[in-house]
Amino acid sequence: MYDMGTFYEAKSVQEAVELRLAHPEADIIAGGTDVLVQMREGRRAGKSLISIYGIDELRGIRLEDDGTIRIGSLTSFSHITRDPLIEKYLLCLGEAVDQVGGPQIRNAGTIGGNTCNGVTSADSSSTLHAYDAVIELTGKNGIRRLPIQEFYIKAGVVDLRVEDGEIQTGILISKDSYENTNGFYIKYAMRNAMDIATLGTSVNARLSADKKTFERVRIAYGVAGPVPLRATTAEQFINGKEVTPENIEAFSKEVLNDVHARDSWRAAKDFREHIAVESAKRALIESVRRCGGEV
Amino acid sequence: MNNTGKSVTRVDAYDKVTGRTKYYEDLMPKDALYVRIKHSEIAHGYVRSIDTSAAEAIEGVVRVLTCFDVPDIPFATAGHPWSMDPSHQDTADRHLLNRHVRYYGDDVAVVIAENEVAAMQGVRALKVEYDELPFVLDVQEAMKEGAPQIQENSPGNLLKHTSAKGGNYEEAIKNPDLIKVEGWYETPTVQHCHIENHGCFAYEENGRIVCVASTQIPHIIRRVCGQALGRPWADIRIIKPYIGGGFGNKQDALYEPLCCWCTSMMGGRPVRIDCAREETFVSNRVRHAIRFHIVTWLTKDATIAARKVEVFSNQGAYASHGHSIAAKAMGSFAQHYPCPDFESDSYTVYTNRPAAGAMRGYGMPQASFADESNIDDCAKVLGMDPVDFRMKVIMPKDYKDNFSGNVNYFDSFRACLAKGRELFDYDRLYKEYSGQTGPLRRAVGVATFWYNTAVYPISLETSSNRMLLNLDGTVTTQCGETEIGQGADTAFAQMTAEILGLKSYRDVHVVSCQDTDITPTGLGAYASRQTYVAGFSIRQTGEQLREKILKHASERTGQPTDDIDIEEGNIVSLRDGNVLMSLGELAKIVQYDPVHSEHITAESTFTIRSNAYSFGCTFVDITVDIPMCKITVNRALNLHDCGNLINPALAEAQVHGGMSMGLGFGLSEQLLFDPKTGRVLNNNLLDYKLSTFMDHPRLEAEFIENPEPTSPFGTKALGEPPACSMAPAIRNAVLNATGVEVDMLPLNPHNLFRRFKESGLIGE
Repeated sequence: MYDMGTFYEAKSVQEAVELRLAHPEADIIAGGTDVLVQMREGRRAGKSLISIYGIDELRGIRLEDDGTIRIGSLTSFSHITRDPLIEKYLLCLGEAVDQVGGPQIRNAGTIGGNTCNGVTSADSSSTLHAYDAVIELTGKNGIRRLPIQEFYIKAGVVDLRVEDGEIQTGILISKDSYENTNGFYIKYAMRNAMDIATLGTSVNARLSADKKTFERVRIAYGVAGPVPLRATTAEQFINGKEVTPENIEAFSKEVLNDVHARDSWRAAKDFREHIAVESAKRALIESVRRCGGEV
Repeated sequence: MNNTGKSVTRVDAYDKVTGRTKYYEDLMPKDALYVRIKHSEIAHGYVRSIDTSAAEAIEGVVRVLTCFDVPDIPFATAGHPWSMDPSHQDTADRHLLNRHVRYYGDDVAVVIAENEVAAMQGVRALKVEYDELPFVLDVQEAMKEGAPQIQENSPGNLLKHTSAKGGNYEEAIKNPDLIKVEGWYETPTVQHCHIENHGCFAYEENGRIVCVASTQIPHIIRRVCGQALGRPWADIRIIKPYIGGGFGNKQDALYEPLCCWCTSMMGGRPVRIDCAREETFVSNRVRHAIRFHIVTWLTKDATIAARKVEVFSNQGAYASHGHSIAAKAMGSFAQHYPCPDFESDSYTVYTNRPAAGAMRGYGMPQASFADESNIDDCAKVLGMDPVDFRMKVIMPKDYKDNFSGNVNYFDSFRACLAKGRELFDYDRLYKEYSGQTGPLRRAVGVATFWYNTAVYPISLETSSNRMLLNLDGTVTTQCGETEIGQGADTAFAQMTAEILGLKSYRDVHVVSCQDTDITPTGLGAYASRQTYVAGFSIRQTGEQLREKILKHASERTGQPTDDIDIEEGNIVSLRDGNVLMSLGELAKIVQYDPVHSEHITAESTFTIRSNAYSFGCTFVDITVDIPMCKITVNRALNLHDCGNLINPALAEAQVHGGMSMGLGFGLSEQLLFDPKTGRVLNNNLLDYKLSTFMDHPRLEAEFIENPEPTSPFGTKALGEPPACSMAPAIRNAVLNATGVEVDMLPLNPHNLFRRFKESGLIGE
């Protein structure tokens, strides 16, 4: 039995926006895999909910005319993992979200919910950061798009404007971002399923035609700071350099300039930093291999 | 042997997989009120006041009861048989609700409400004021002078200290040729994590209290409830339906006494207490965290000359099972690896942690971790293969423990090690894996354990059984030993069919539910004793029933009793093998006899005055990823000599479950405490790292069936033993892979990182 206020159900995006404007105190619920857990714990006790889970137009993945991959915000993790477009162009994202919770959670949980939570440990989020994803929000003034790094404001807070009745409607990844690019995600956790990341590392790389040079490397972390972050110093260091074990090793040490790990009861700072370096190295090596390069 | 030694389907299999089986919540009266408990938000202090007004104003809240309302009767909760010797009784050190709160999560008040939400809102609305006291979480800190005093009747926080000695240790270690191997080994606070949280409901009927509870020990719970409420014991009726596991947590009075008191305070209205998982972790029972100090003195030809063991057991805030665990752990060493000069001390110490009680293995997983780690450290110092060293120094054949009377009749340790060595291809792998230097390293590791089957002579061992011959020729059997998921009912059906000569175990109906008004007195499910102790009363009662059946059959058939027998459910002539009549025919003729009608039944109690050694070992093959500080278990094999198997498939399942528990204990499980407040930080299944399906290798179980001479069916312990040797086997494999001793469980990345860094495996 949940300590819940009123439960509203939206059948369309427009209806969701109207409900949100009419009940600004209510929380949005999609798959419910976080909201209901928090309600049971008492953190959201007594809250009213607006369910957007029935808005089918927000489900699915498609290729837009300019080659952008559009992921509807209500697309479940298991759907993303098995989607042919994801398998072809964004394998790393499909693999990342396949590590969320267990099978039941992955069937119910949505990528929109995962990002709107604003938590640094979300398995989708570091990969979306590493791919420069764009977040699409729909409100009373129409559609607003912003880079995912701007969407995350601080721990648990995202740029979702209640006063405009906004809900998140899509996640976009441009063609330039995924083309000729391969990535790898390492979820570092204390067990192999049903866990929260101690550290999430997502790396992707584009190599030169001869596979000898790094043209573009991007790396993002979850749990290396209050929100997911890009290790830009490390990226700048490696871009344009030759694909060699030494350069990869040096790249992995550069990430220490970017990560802001801290001590908590979940893990010590020095341990997180050690894993950040090792994961950067391993994820880049795997990305190179997936690009057809050799290390 | 028609009915035992067979992998028959569990008697409760179909109902369990189709969801028909009824647990306490399925039996709930519709009008039961919800009782929710207010737990303390400090680790130590006194409740000064509780403002209940806001809670009482909530719609749906019926009543608030606090620690100021409960009877002033301290009571003990441990699920031990009652002892008529006061010095052997458990420590009565808690009230139904406590004014002196002794851990973060102690019970201070209850809100009783019409629905769950109102009850939870009521709990949140209570305003509790405390007089706070300093608290202590570490066992050795709690022993220091000036440490916060937790229990009024235990100065220095010492619940109990016992010693065991042999020979003259101090004299023996003066020999300058001896090699000293010393270590500190530490195990964490962990929790049982049975699937079904503890819960119960209670109501009054004709002036008595009926309580339906998720418990392992209904008859013992009746006694504890009677004591806690200050009422005659038979005023309480406990009913135990099917339960979703217990692992020892439910071998304790948890919230049954509080539930019984709440219904009595509500004029007998049904009330329910349902623990949330978060409460189960903190406010039920946990496994004792134990710190061991071991000093072993070796001779140059690889024998153990002398040994000293110190055991520091963290009891938490209340005595529960208390010193029994540390005493059992301490007692294991001198039998496992006998040596001439031996000294041991064990201390059970109160701290401001959750109360530690019984948990599968009862001190032996902790002791095995310390003992087997130290033994591998010894082998390393001697430059010996750890299996070879064990073969040399482990408990010899015919070793007898004079206290329990247990005998190692078959040299089972060596048999298990020898068979495991071969099945695991250990010798080849041990050589092949030696001398690795890379970041990923494989290794094998071994550990052994022994286990007492029952609790004789420390506590009473008694078992009662009732059998009824039904009119269709089937037999109903009823024991006080409980089904808690382990398959006891199926074993009882098989044993009953075997004793009586029935065609199939399906001709036996086991009364699974224990009801203290109906079920003959038994002590429930604990230790690893159900098959062993119930075997005595099933055999005795079965023989009595058989005698009655043959007497009646003789009268009806005109054959002397010596010339007839029961075979496959029929009365047969031993002369020509002909079937004379079926049991069903006999039962009907006797029952419906117009002059001498009789319901053919038997009932008896057996006092068991023996015990039995169970033995085994674990072999693992692991990969250590040094930079990632991670262990992958590639293969794991447990070998057991637990005597004859009644049901090999159930035995195998029991071993799988124990190995799984050992994996979690070894690799990931640990309750964490906030040093600033004493609060448990990870009391949920996300942050408490119970190992998942994805963390398991394929689990292999093998048996050596040496029939136990003291047992009616040749059986001995298998319930707890599989959980004992996994963690040290993994630890020893890490030692073989890296040369690093990791002496603190769990072997999780945090602990591996620290040790690898200290030893230079990870560094700049």
